[in-house]
Amino acid sequence: MRRIAAGLGTLLALSVLVFAATNVLPGNAAELTLGRNATPPALHKLEHRLGFDHSIAHRYGSWLGGLLHGDLGNSAVAVAQNAPEPSIAHAISTPLKNSAVLALITTLLLIPLTLLLGAFAGIHARKKVDHMISTPALVFAALPEFVTATLLIVVFFGWLGALPPVSLVAPGTSPLSNVEVLVLPVLTLLLASLAAGIRQVRSGVIEVLQEDYVHVAQLNGLRGRTLLWGYVLRNALAPSVQIVAQTIQYLVGGIIVVESVFSYPGIGTYLVQAVTERDVTAVQSTVILLAAVYILINLLADLLVVFLVPKLRTELS
Amino acid sequence: MSTAVATPSPPHSRRPRIPAFIAADRGGQVGLVFLVLIVFVALFGPFIAPHSPNVPIGIPGQGSIGGSPLGLDQLGRDVLSRALSGGRTALALGALATVATYLVGVMLGLLAGYARNTALDGITMRTVDIFISLPAILVMLVLVTALGGSSWVLVLGAAVVLFPGVTRIVRTAAAETATRGYVEAAVARGEKRGAILRREILPNIMAPIIADLGVRFSWSIILIASVNFLGLGLSPPASDWGLMISENRSVIPTNPWAVVAPALALVLLILGVNLLGDAYVRHLGRSSSR
Repeated sequence: MRRIAAGLGTLLALSVLVFAATNVLPGNAAELTLGRNATPPALHKLEHRLGFDHSIAHRYGSWLGGLLHGDLGNSAVAVAQNAPEPSIAHAISTPLKNSAVLALITTLLLIPLTLLLGAFAGIHARKKVDHMISTPALVFAALPEFVTATLLIVVFFGWLGALPPVSLVAPGTSPLSNVEVLVLPVLTLLLASLAAGIRQVRSGVIEVLQEDYVHVAQLNGLRGRTLLWGYVLRNALAPSVQIVAQTIQYLVGGIIVVESVFSYPGIGTYLVQAVTERDVTAVQSTVILLAAVYILINLLADLLVVFLVPKLRTELS
Repeated sequence: MSTAVATPSPPHSRRPRIPAFIAADRGGQVGLVFLVLIVFVALFGPFIAPHSPNVPIGIPGQGSIGGSPLGLDQLGRDVLSRALSGGRTALALGALATVATYLVGVMLGLLAGYARNTALDGITMRTVDIFISLPAILVMLVLVTALGGSSWVLVLGAAVVLFPGVTRIVRTAAAETATRGYVEAAVARGEKRGAILRREILPNIMAPIIADLGVRFSWSIILIASVNFLGLGLSPPASDWGLMISENRSVIPTNPWAVVAPALALVLLILGVNLLGDAYVRHLGRSSSR
């Protein structure tokens, strides 16, 4: 309960910070949206339609109130262009789904790959296999996503001509209907996020392999796979839950750059586009939404770890 | 700093000595080579560049030709010359952001750690928690939206993202050190808080502070390069490695070097910084286990 309250408190504080940063500092959204050459009457009209003629506190209040009701408000740019459907919720519903597909596929591939490669590296610790897994994983983890992504494009599009350099998804269709557009974005996210998990599983396996009960099992004649699955992996698994959760949390940020590299029509591309257009209202609502997801995953991970590792449960109570 | 003891260097040493933690560590050696190479390019690259980085000299996207081994970019400018002059922004902005990160982070951490378990400590650390609870790239994007994409905003953004980690580390170390006898002696002597923090505590917690300098430096480089890549930071025709990679994606089929060259430069820079940082951490581990 205390953690949930802390999460909500953080989110509230973040909403103040994000709102303050995007609203108080320079000029205002109407001016930023219309550009410097806007005529005063046009500016005034847009300000009124966006509610910018109210006081800052009033605007923050109505924004927050809207958020609590699930209303993300209107995009300043869409209102300025007299778009028929200016609401942010309408604009981001498809990108959110697309991003969820990308994140889900990445996670589904990430978990078995992490366990497999981590266990493999741990069993053969400090041997050739270990180095062949750990070193590239660490190198890719150190690089920015856009560098990895661009190098992948050079190899798979430039040299091999096998995969498209941009992940365009026709409006109204699901990215799943054209799976090849997902390959490179997923690969980039996997390369960027595998190392942390592999390292964790690897050291877990190394630790468990030195335990007495594993030695006893070995002396009792248990070998190979039975020993590995029954004794080693099961005990090395619990600490890995947190690292998987951290990786999913990483995806919330990582997806923004990766989607932009491939022009994948997800929430990241939408956000970067909004920043480019200085669409202040769209930026603040999208950022708060992503922050909420981020904090929620953190919370769920904490609860899941406590649930899976009985030792922690008794320590806490 | 009265406690800082300068180690007297031998008067006749001809070449600068490489610190032990690099010389004795394979990763450290590789990292040093990478970093020296990149710093050399950043400092002297613009002088050895065969062409001007901003003047088109041929057909856009053309591959390797005479006088232009890495070919031309999407506007027909020499890729080698642009890559050679693209290092300054990455290094300088990254370094500035790191300095700002440590200035703010160390100061807040010292204050909070020394005032441990008081309201000042609590408020500082809760604020830090809030800053940590937003993904780094989102912080950068919010700041760019608010302030536009100038070099100063990039530096500020990276510092805002990175200072909480430093504050946490410094706070823990300072709170621990503040209970030591020599600090209590200084308090008893009636020394001012600033003097105690600077002279008694700071010199004794330098090791954990320096330990992840490499990580923070490489993170600021990555964050700034990423925002430049997204087209939200420095604006063309600046020759910045991050910006070059995004500009030249359209010419990948005809001249992949236009993106590979700046990408490899960033790879060497980031790996070099990380390898040196790791070598220092290993060195700390060895000397503390002795």
